[in-house]
Amino acid sequence: MENLIALLVAAPLVGAALLLCGGTRLDRAGHWIGSLLAVASFAVGVVLFAGMLGRDAGHRALHQHLFSWIPVGGFRADVAFQLDQLSMTFVLLITGVGSLIHIYSIGYMEHDARRRRFFGYLNLFLAAMLLLVLADNYVLLYVGWEGVGLASYLLIGFWQHKPSAATAAKKAFLVNRVGDMGLSIAIMLMFTTFGTFAFGPVLAATGQTSEGKLTAIGLMLLLAACGKSAQVPLQSWLGDAMEGPTPVSALIHAATMVTAGVYLITRSGALFNAAPDAQTAVVAVGAVTLLFGAIVGCAKDDIKKALAGSTMSQIGYMVLAAGLGPVGYAFAIMHLVTHGFFKAGLFLGAGSVMHGMNDEVDMRRYGGLRKYMPVTFVTFGLGYLAIIGFPGLSGFFSKDKIIEAAFARGGTEGWILGGTALLGAAITAFYMTRVMLMTFFGEERWRNAPTPSPDRPSAEPAAETRGEYAPPHPHESPKVMTVPMIVLAVGSVFAGGLFSIGDAFVGWLEPVTSFSHGHSPVSAGVVTAATMVVLVIGVGLAWLMYGRRPVPATAPRGSLLTRAARRDLLQDDFNHVVLVRGGEHLTRTLVYLDHSLVDGAVNGTAAAMGGLSGRLRRLQTGFVRSYAVQMLGGAAVLVAATLLMRGV
Amino acid sequence: MSAVASVHSLWTVAAGVPGRIPAPKIEYAQLAPTLIVLGAAVVGILIEAFLPRRSRYYSQLLLSVVALAAAFAAVIGLAAGGFGSSKAHLAAMGAIAVDGPALFLQGTILLVSLIAVFTFAERRLDPAAHGRPGDAFAPQPAAIPGGEAERAAEKAGFATTEVFPVLLFAVGGMLVFPAANDLLTLFVALEVFSLPLYVLCALARRQRLLSQESAVKYFLLGAFSSAFLLFGVALLYGYAGTVTYAGIAEVISDGARQVDPALAGTMGNDALLLIGGALVLMGLLFKVGAVPFHMWTPDVYQGAPTPVTGFMAAATKVAAFGALLRLLYVVLPGMRWDWRPVMWGVAILTMLGGAVLAITQTDIKRLLAYSSIAHAGFILAGAIAASADGISSVLFYLAAYSFVTLGAFAVVTLVRDAGGEATHLSKWAGLGRRSPLLAAVFAVFLLAFAGIPLTSGFAGKFAVFKAAAESGGGWLVVVGVISSAIAAFFYIRVIVLMFFSEPKADGPTVAVPSVLTSTAIAVGVAATLVLGVAPQYFLDLAGHAGIFIR
Repeated sequence: MENLIALLVAAPLVGAALLLCGGTRLDRAGHWIGSLLAVASFAVGVVLFAGMLGRDAGHRALHQHLFSWIPVGGFRADVAFQLDQLSMTFVLLITGVGSLIHIYSIGYMEHDARRRRFFGYLNLFLAAMLLLVLADNYVLLYVGWEGVGLASYLLIGFWQHKPSAATAAKKAFLVNRVGDMGLSIAIMLMFTTFGTFAFGPVLAATGQTSEGKLTAIGLMLLLAACGKSAQVPLQSWLGDAMEGPTPVSALIHAATMVTAGVYLITRSGALFNAAPDAQTAVVAVGAVTLLFGAIVGCAKDDIKKALAGSTMSQIGYMVLAAGLGPVGYAFAIMHLVTHGFFKAGLFLGAGSVMHGMNDEVDMRRYGGLRKYMPVTFVTFGLGYLAIIGFPGLSGFFSKDKIIEAAFARGGTEGWILGGTALLGAAITAFYMTRVMLMTFFGEERWRNAPTPSPDRPSAEPAAETRGEYAPPHPHESPKVMTVPMIVLAVGSVFAGGLFSIGDAFVGWLEPVTSFSHGHSPVSAGVVTAATMVVLVIGVGLAWLMYGRRPVPATAPRGSLLTRAARRDLLQDDFNHVVLVRGGEHLTRTLVYLDHSLVDGAVNGTAAAMGGLSGRLRRLQTGFVRSYAVQMLGGAAVLVAATLLMRGV
Repeated sequence: MSAVASVHSLWTVAAGVPGRIPAPKIEYAQLAPTLIVLGAAVVGILIEAFLPRRSRYYSQLLLSVVALAAAFAAVIGLAAGGFGSSKAHLAAMGAIAVDGPALFLQGTILLVSLIAVFTFAERRLDPAAHGRPGDAFAPQPAAIPGGEAERAAEKAGFATTEVFPVLLFAVGGMLVFPAANDLLTLFVALEVFSLPLYVLCALARRQRLLSQESAVKYFLLGAFSSAFLLFGVALLYGYAGTVTYAGIAEVISDGARQVDPALAGTMGNDALLLIGGALVLMGLLFKVGAVPFHMWTPDVYQGAPTPVTGFMAAATKVAAFGALLRLLYVVLPGMRWDWRPVMWGVAILTMLGGAVLAITQTDIKRLLAYSSIAHAGFILAGAIAASADGISSVLFYLAAYSFVTLGAFAVVTLVRDAGGEATHLSKWAGLGRRSPLLAAVFAVFLLAFAGIPLTSGFAGKFAVFKAAAESGGGWLVVVGVISSAIAAFFYIRVIVLMFFSEPKADGPTVAVPSVLTSTAIAVGVAATLVLGVAPQYFLDLAGHAGIFIR
């Protein structure tokens, strides 16, 4: 059974190799090969899952050792896999959602000349992501971590002819490097602390290690998670990453890769449990990000960027839950899975809308689309209900549990965290309702020519210059796109409920993450009721602002907060002032120091040596008599020194 | 050989009972390398006396090459016969050691000398005078420079083919020097190889006054230092009542057991031991060119004919360091804590002094002379490590360094202008543009001197520094690395000069050498690269050879 594990990674890896090296011969079949191999990987995952269910809870983990990768003295990095319940969950999510998005992309990328390459990159991403979640040690995990980073970079910049896409790819890459540095430092610290980086020994040894070291490792892991999962302060790349094709946004920047940080924290749970300070940092990052993302999501008119803000916010929930320790790990992963369904569904829906609207992304240019795209409307609507936590749908079960766990933290902290989570839920309801209303309801704003606005470059400059406006013809997408959306919508509706029957999901994960019931100062019923109240408030507020009143086709100036949120709460301005300017100043200072101090010292030494040499040279007179005197003196010193040494 | 044996038998006779003169037992087979070389030297003198002038050159060349090759084969045979390890013992009544270090060093000296013979025999570089090829040596060395006799000798086509037997005599002495196992043999060997070298230094064809001056300087200072050494020998005899290495070592470690009545006042007196030991060391340090006994080096290296300089720089250093190693490891290990601090000081002065002084040199031969001083310092750092690694690292360094040096001086002979060799550095500007191959070869040698990885210089330097650091000389290594950095400056400066400067209009030409010098240079490059890329085999060889017999 365990020999199948490598096959999970191998299938998409072979696909990537074939499609990227195969050349134009594979142009016509490339998308089928890529999709087939993704589905094959999913099939292997299902077989392994069935096998795992067949064993009792204590013996579910499988291990496969392929080869010793870097055996150098005490340093030993293996290529070895570990498939336990946590990895299994991810495998099914990655290959399942991945396969659906491969299929969707067949339709979405139909007219793209570089479709083969696109599928090659997607397969590469799958392989790297599976490697990340299957690795049994941190070094191999790091390989996968960098692999998904590479795939993400390639796919964000897939439309490289657009300068904005190229810039966005570069930005994502650079910001991620900061996080990657955290992971590599964490791995080095692990090696010096534990002498190994296999999950088993490292996590088992946390009990005998000083808390300071564990806190340091934990903070470095958190930095890594912040980079990959777009958490404050390394969140700035995710919004720009929406420049990539929409299936990429759905798979990588919503459902799977961005949740790798949550995986990392959950996987290192034992380490974080022993380092409460690091956990507090995790919780703080999660709480701040969930509000940050939500506020940004409220102000964006670009449908994908609104969803990106939402992704950031939802991952904030997961990180918050993961930071709560054994109380929250299972719920973090549960929310991760349900979020994988509904957010992927929402993105695919957004892609479907764009597909029918000539790639227009501005929601102010949408409106009333429910009549033209019924399937998209229904699937998107179900995803919407799931994310805002409508009772009975997936998001309701997972998010509710997180809010409850946040209150269970206890004390003032518990109230703050619980309150933040509740406030986040209200804002989520607000901005998602806003997206829903602006896109599918209201008047059909796309019928009129856009009014040129200095803020917003038009999607169709060519039409504008011609002076005539051809309105798009919204239409439903082909089956190959709608079927994956329907499947994901089904998941969005039922997954949460299914997981919660008899606490099935928690019980499934408990052997890996451990679980403890929190003691909430407020009862579960009260929390649910409060969630419902804030949900109604959020939806009602959005309806008042965007449902009852017509949506202006051009964005109004808005309040100070709105304007700041439109600029992603000034994240780029902050980075520019602090990092770019600061970096420039630092460089200038260093260059100055290099010129004056370092070069000065070097040149000074050289001059001193030359001077010394010139002086000493004068001893070399050319006269034998002076040589002989020097030798005599040397001999005298030699003898004297020898005698002195003995003390005779 | 005759000199060694007779001195030794005199000594044993003097110490023995009158009336019964035991015949000394001489293991001729084990002394074969030395005997072959000295025998060939004698034959060479006979050739000079009896063969007609025109056939002397080829006869001498053939004889020297055959003798050196045969002697090398004999060394290999001895080593293969186990004399380097299990069967190592003292030959010729305890006067000569036949052991690993001796055989390794003798083998190195013989190979180096063989290549040196090639550079001695080069006759294509100097422009032909009166239709006859000229070598690096004066036609009639006794003639007054610039005088009528000189011109006549040149016109008559004289050639100083005596250099070959003289070289062989020097080699013979060098073979005995690192194998000498008592102080008198050591002294005799020193003189046997020094006197021919003084003569060789005076034989330059060009710039004869400079050459003769260098020979006189070398002779005077050499005699001066020999006197110190001899005085040290006398003091050590007073201390121990014997001149054999083992005997002195025994007295140092166990005290004098049988006090000779004639020496009752001096035996076991540590002051004699310390002063005598220091003076003997000084004599050897003079030969290796260590600071503050180095002053002769640049003057002699500059004045001597370049092939002779190359031979001296390579072979003398091997022989002298061999003798120094044996003295330190066989005679003086019991007083390690007396000589080590002093030698540390000498090593530091030598490394820094050589490197610093080389910076301002403008003559390539003087630059290489100071470089050889700095290298003597590096080797000293390994030699005083007082460990098995110290011995093997020094053996390796000597082998590696001697080939580089010989090759570098061979290159110097090729760069010429109207006045002979163009040794001023300014004339080397832009050489890389005019003769890229030659400049590249020289650059390889310079990089090896500087100790850049993938050259033998790096492997050797690494080995001696490692040995020094492991025996507690960490700061010695720090100084060594600093001097290496200083030294790298002037090596690299020459490379920059050759490749990145504009060639001068009246720059030197590069002579096309015959197969002889080409072979010497090629062997130098090959040894540099092989020992640099795959040093382990040779390090192991040096490691196996690194045990002195006592």
